[in-house]
Amino acid sequence: MGYASKSPWVIHYDASSCNGCDIEVLAALCPGYDVERFGIINTGNPKHADIFLVTGSVNERNISVVKQIYDQMVEPKVVVACGICACTGGIFHDCYNVIGGVDKAIPVDVYAPGCAVRPEAIIDAVVQALGILEEKSKALAEKKKGA
Amino acid sequence: MSFITTLIGTVAFAVLAPIVGCLLAGLDRIISARMQGRVGPPLLQPYYDVRKLIAKDDVTVSGVDGVYMTAALVFTAFAGGIFFSGGNLLMSAFVITMAALFFIMAAYSSRSPYSELGAGRETLQVMSYEPMVLLMAVCFYMAAGSFNVRDVFGLPAPVIFATLPAFIGFLFILTIKLRKSPFDLSTSHHAHQELVRGTTTEMSGKTLAKVEVMHWCENVLFLGWTALFFLWGGPASLVLGVVVALAAWFFEILIDNNFARVKWQFMLRSAWVMALVCGGINIVVLMVA
Ligand code: SF4
Repeated sequence: MGYASKSPWVIHYDASSCNGCDIEVLAALCPGYDVERFGIINTGNPKHADIFLVTGSVNERNISVVKQIYDQMVEPKVVVACGICACTGGIFHDCYNVIGGVDKAIPVDVYAPGCAVRPEAIIDAVVQALGILEEKSKALAEKKKGA
Repeated sequence: MSFITTLIGTVAFAVLAPIVGCLLAGLDRIISARMQGRVGPPLLQPYYDVRKLIAKDDVTVSGVDGVYMTAALVFTAFAGGIFFSGGNLLMSAFVITMAALFFIMAAYSSRSPYSELGAGRETLQVMSYEPMVLLMAVCFYMAAGSFNVRDVFGLPAPVIFATLPAFIGFLFILTIKLRKSPFDLSTSHHAHQELVRGTTTEMSGKTLAKVEVMHWCENVLFLGWTALFFLWGGPASLVLGVVVALAAWFFEILIDNNFARVKWQFMLRSAWVMALVCGGINIVVLMVA
């Protein structure tokens, strides 16, 4: 196992969630679940983050913000859509302002459905994301060697 | 002779301090987690973090922040080398301030409002702790009769008996120097009390890794200063020094976990009051005695 998956730092952005999923994301950091056991830290800064946790659907107002946070993150990086709103738009899918899931704005690597998404589901999704992060990290190392 | 000892000391410090500092940082995170009722990360987590940062893609806003951080690292190693090879305490204090200045310049160089805010606050931190550091060195000189660290081993008793007020003042500003809450104004290790990330907002990858390694080395050096107050006679007193340094480290973690960040006005005022009262009284007593 490489170092990329041993120290996954996350950034959490609330696109247009009802806050249900946000509470669950933060619950994962609390003593009950204590994701810092796996080196996971919630950074407030896209430049330090490896994993982008998005809750809620993408709408006309926040699509540019989601894109910008993604662009500011340094490779290798992965995106986890937390909650059914972030996956497909959920119960808000036919609102006049909602565009849809997060994948309408940026490439999503792991989908974690649920309304609200359970902390266990978030942890499972992040663990799955770590595998993808590891692959991307290897690909980057190859690229660096080649260059 | 003394130049060569300093050089050897610097190389030895540059190799050993990151190892010790990394373990201390890992302990810090485990102890902090236990204080919060959590299990916490593995002991080597800070090492994993830095290895990951080094493997990240190279992205920089200004192109020079990495160079500034390299300079900061070199000066940190030099300051540690001077101190641990038994050199001049005052010189070590000045050189480590140079490292702090390079760190501030690295933060300014990105032109990001958040990182400039952090750089401004880091400057305030330097302003806050520097008077007490100087007075601490002066008290040490008056008690030991020399600025040279190696001379403590010739003393009949540790300098702490003559410099207790100065030591208390130094413990106070140690929290600022270690960038621990409530004085972690420029950048915090705890995201929940941070606007974005202060000084390190625009740093990523290798540059951020250098910041982490610099913090490790700084921590080792400052704990060395703490231990200095308790050394005398022969090298056997080093055991007491290590115990005191670890106790100070635990004390700092306890404070870190129990206080929220204060405003810079309070930090500056309290640090200067501590410097004037503790340092001032100590100097007067030492002059009279
Ligand atoms: S999935 Fe449910 S809980 Fe989560 S943001 Fe959407 S509506 Fe709220």
